[in-house]
Order: sequence, then C-alpha cells, then structure tokens
Amino acid sequence: MSTDNTSTSLDKDTSAPAVVDAPAAADGAVTAVDPRLLVREQGLSGYVSEFGRKLRAGDLGSLPVVVGLIVICAIFQSLNSNFLSAENLSNISVAMVGTGMIAVGIVFVLLLGEIDLSVGSVSGVSGAIVAVLSVTHGMNEALALVIAIASGAVIGAIHGFFFARLGAPAFAVTLAGLLFWLGFMLQVLGDNGTINLDSEGLVAQLTTYYFSDIAAAYGLAVLAVVVFFLTSFLENRRRDAAGIPSRPLNETLLRTGALAVVALAAAFMFNQYKGLPLAVVVFLAVLVLTDFVLRRTTYGRKVFALGGSVEASRRAGINVTLIRVSVYSIAGTFAAVGGLFIASKIAAANQSAGTGDLLMNAIAAAVIGGTSLFGGRGRTWNALLGVMVITSIQYGLALQGIATPTQYMITGGVLLATVVIDSVTRKTQKTAGRA
Amino acid sequence: MVHVTATPVLALRGVSKRFGAVQALTDVELEVHPGEVVALVGDNGAGKSTLVKTIAGVHPIDDGVIEWEGRPVSIGKPHDAQNLGVATVYQDLALCDNIDVVGNLYLGRELRRWGVLDEVEMERRSRELLTTLSIRIPSVRIPIASLSGGQRQTVAIARSMLGEPKLVILDEPTAALGVEQTAQVLDLVERLRERGLAVLLISHNMADVKAVADKVAVLRLGTNNGVFDVATTSQEEIIAAITGATDNAVTRRASRTVEVQK
Repeated sequence: MSTDNTSTSLDKDTSAPAVVDAPAAADGAVTAVDPRLLVREQGLSGYVSEFGRKLRAGDLGSLPVVVGLIVICAIFQSLNSNFLSAENLSNISVAMVGTGMIAVGIVFVLLLGEIDLSVGSVSGVSGAIVAVLSVTHGMNEALALVIAIASGAVIGAIHGFFFARLGAPAFAVTLAGLLFWLGFMLQVLGDNGTINLDSEGLVAQLTTYYFSDIAAAYGLAVLAVVVFFLTSFLENRRRDAAGIPSRPLNETLLRTGALAVVALAAAFMFNQYKGLPLAVVVFLAVLVLTDFVLRRTTYGRKVFALGGSVEASRRAGINVTLIRVSVYSIAGTFAAVGGLFIASKIAAANQSAGTGDLLMNAIAAAVIGGTSLFGGRGRTWNALLGVMVITSIQYGLALQGIATPTQYMITGGVLLATVVIDSVTRKTQKTAGRA
Repeated sequence: MVHVTATPVLALRGVSKRFGAVQALTDVELEVHPGEVVALVGDNGAGKSTLVKTIAGVHPIDDGVIEWEGRPVSIGKPHDAQNLGVATVYQDLALCDNIDVVGNLYLGRELRRWGVLDEVEMERRSRELLTTLSIRIPSVRIPIASLSGGQRQTVAIARSMLGEPKLVILDEPTAALGVEQTAQVLDLVERLRERGLAVLLISHNMADVKAVADKVAVLRLGTNNGVFDVATTSQEEIIAAITGATDNAVTRRASRTVEVQK
C-alpha cells in the first residue's frame, strides 16, 4: 500500500513522491511537507500571503483589538485634543497597571477554561492587609507588601483546592470567595473604613515614582528591541542548523522594526511628561515573565494542555490537581499585586476597594485582548491590549465629562462587540478548519 | 512479511479477573510475538477492554501469569506497563486540540534545554519520527484541531512510539474514521509491524482485521473462544466464534426457517 492514495485531500498534490515504507529520516529527508501550508518558508512574500490567508480564515489574533484601540484613540482625540497628550497617555499607562495585573491572573485561569470571580475582592484584601500592617501596626512596608502578596497566593490556592481537589465548580467557589473576602476586607479595615497610606512610602511609590532620566525610557526600549532581535535571530539560526523551517531574516527584521517603532514612541511619550513610570516597568516585566513561563516552560505547556483536554493531560501524566491549584494561586497572587497598585493610586485602603466594576474590567480586559473564554488559547500580552482599551475608554469619557453610567454602558458595549467578533471569527475558523 | 520469533513478547497464561461478583475474565490465554499483529475481537462485554486494561496496568490481574519476553512479570499500575515497553493508544485519542503536533507528541515528556522547552529539538525529532512512519501531515506546527480524524489517529499512534515500545495496543483505532482515514491508520499498523513491533489491535471491524492482522484471538464471555490464522480462516468462522455460533439469534432463526420449509 502506498501512502499516496491514502493521504488526505490536503496533501494530494504534493509533488514529492511519497516516502513509501522507507525509514529514510536519518538522511535528513524531513521536508516532505505540504508546500501550500508552509508558504511562510518561501520568504517574506510567502509570509505576507500567509497572513492574508490567515485573516480570511478568521485567524485574526490581536488585530481587532489593535484596530479598536486606534479607532478609540482617533475618536477621543477628535473630541478632545488633550487625549493624546503625553500627560494623559502617561496617566492612562499608570492607571491601567492595577486592573492589568489582575487581568494577567485572569488570563491564566481562562487558559484552563475556568473563571475566577474572586479577584476583585482578593485585590481589596491585599490593599487592606498592607494598610493595616504598615499603618496601624507600624510594620515595615516592604514586609507588609510581601505578606499581602503571599496572602493572595494562599487565598487563590484555597479556591483552587476546593475546585481541583474537592471538585466544586470554580464559578461557585470563586463566587463564594468574592463574598467571603469582601467581608474579610471590611473586617480587617475595621470601623473607620479608610486607612491612608504613607504618601512617601513604598506602596505609594509604586504609582508615583517615575524614572525621570530620559535615558531610562530610551534605554529600556533599546534593550527590549535588542533582546527581541537576538532571541529571534539565535532561535532561527538553531532551527536552520537543525534543518527545520525557520523564519526568513527579513521577517525577523520587520518584526523587530515594528517593535522598535512602538517601543521608542512609547519612550518618547513618557519622556515628554514625567519620565518612565515605575508601575509600567513592573507591569512589562510581569508580562515578559508570564509570557515566557506560559510559552517556553513545561509548566506553561501543561496549563495549555489542561485548557485543551483534561483527560488527555491526565493520560500524559500531568498532575491535573496540582496545576489547577497553582493556576488559581497565580490568579490570587496577581489579584493581590493589582490590589497594591490600586491602593497605591489612591494612597489609601478603603471599603470600596475591589468592588464596583473592577472584577468585570479585569475579565473584560483579558477577553477583549483576545483570550478565549473556552480555554487553551491566549497570551498574557492580551491583558495589556485589553486593559489599554478599557482604561482609554474610561479616561477618554472622563475627559469629556461623561458620567459613570454612560461609561459602564460604553464599556459593556465594547466587551459585547469583542465577544461577538470572537464568536464570528471562531465560526469562520471552524469552516476554515482551524478551530 | 512476518518474522515471528519463538518467544512471544507478551504472553498471558490463565489470566482471570473479577469485579465483585462478575467474573470478567476466566483463564484467558494470549500470545503476541514481535513483528506480529494480533487482533482481539469479541462482542460487547466479551472482556476485550478488561483484558487490555490488565495488560496496560489499569486493572491488576487476580489469577494467572503475564509473561514479558518469557519472564513472568507483575503489572500493578500503568507505570509498570510503560516501563516494560507497552504503549496503549486509547479509542478517544487523548490529544489536545489547541496544541500543535509537536507539542502533542511530546506532551508530558517535553525536551528541555537549560530548563526551557527545546522546541527546535522536539520539532526536529517529530519530523524525523513522522517521516520514518511515513505519516503525512501538512505541518508539524499546526494545532491538532486542523487535522482530519485519520491524521489525529496517526499522530496519537506516533505519540505512543516515542517511548520506544515493544508492544503497541490500539483500542478501536479505526472506529469513527472514514474510508481513506481508515486506510491511513491500517497502513501505519503495517509499518509498526515492519519495524518489528508487536501490535495488539482491538476492533469490531472484520474488514480491518482481515486487512492487517496475522492472528485473531476471539474472546467470548470472558474466555478464549479460539485463536485463528487470518490467512486461512473465513470471516464467517470468526464471526461464528465471536457470537458463539451454535446458539445465537442468527442460527436460531436459520434453524426456524429450515423447520418452516419442512
């Protein structure tokens, strides 16, 4: 029997003769692949045509949200010329970090195909713990900060334990968590309700410190570009050496160029105002780290595998319970970190922390950025894009003096639009056989 | 075509298994030699799955002996079976749709370089493996979701090969596959045999069994009901052994019709 007449329609017209029953792999004859699906190996033009084909197949990636962000900026800029000012953009960048951190944790949970409704309350708890320990009990702020973040990790692990070990639905467990930790936060804060943080202290500095030396912002931008280029370049060289398809050099250059433009423009913008905000540096560091963990380590691979098929993961020897608990712990940790940035922004811990639209904004940010609600698809960079959209809308509307009710409705509309785009592209992907 | 050595890679001697009051397997004998495809057939509830699970270590046996390359071994848990060199490909695939072919092949045994996933080496070895098995898929970097059912099944089988097994157990590999995809999988089964592996194939499909198997072991109500040489046995004889020819709906009806005609 030859493989030719039994292969699927996808590779019917491959010109290469089938490697019939010939174990010839050792000769490096590993290129028997469908030329049509590997156009990107034909150089830059192949890559461009593949990009076009992906778009038609509904594989939009981050494109809708990037386009959406540009549209939002254009609209608000036309309404108020202050919107794209360095001051406003810089303020947006700092303000988005709190919600963005929480959204990073949400991305982890969504990758499992689960949800965490407790992150808003957990962020409130974290702010309250720092305030009570450092202000009321006079503890060293750094120590209080570590304790607050550790409590987030423990709280998340508790949720994970009930979900993964005892099999309670994550939705219900974290809904209970939402209420419980809200009550816990109010209890910790005590009767007077609001505790002001030391405005010169470590926590307050999280959002008030700026690297005012212009070299800092440009230096970070250049460093990012160089590291990106070197890692892509070296990986491609290894792939070439191993005889497997690699990206063409000009594609790497194109990507590096695009990154350089964005990074230097951002650095220029920050330097026009107070300089590079510490909050943004921390957020970017978290994004780079979490992206690395998710895509380059066995741990990340296990998280994605669980989002794809729990049974397959179990059979592959993955400790399902451990991964689930750890992911909820990560979500709790980032909720706590986000809570610190939010407390830092108002330099206080108060009773309304972690309530209102914070939870919804964090989930919306992850989803708007392109993380699938059904698990197994997404990147933590999605959290950055999504939270940029949401915070831009909030700030743009505030500049126009539009009140909160309208803000809620518009943010809701944007979220709906994103989910609709997601569903429609998913349908297209199904018909194009990519989902 | 078949180079059967004297010592079977796997031999079951008088294996029995009980679940509470149910005697699932009674004194079952089975031999699989290297380079041989043995089909395990039987009706629903005949004990095929139980037998496979005893070999795969999911259910330890109660009585009898499992011999591996002539030596008696005890298989108490799935890990024992894997260590011996038994790879089991279950019916419901066990692949992750959202991960690409390379990721799925190496799921749970990822190669690492300085603690980081070594994608380059995994991709190189995946391509090599797929080429040696003459598996044709468009690209090793597309998600499993983009593959056809037959391609997925071949990936699942290829995945079992990474552990360098001596015995591959395929549980209904062609169920739910189209004509062309079935042929792909059967091709692959033949290639496994050519590489000197022992293959235990569970199937309901007589056509598949006739196409690739060398021997057919029939289970009926938890006991052996004959081992047949595929080349010299007719399909009817095998079916008769599966259904218990002397007493079943078909023969009863046949005899009734005969009586009426008289």
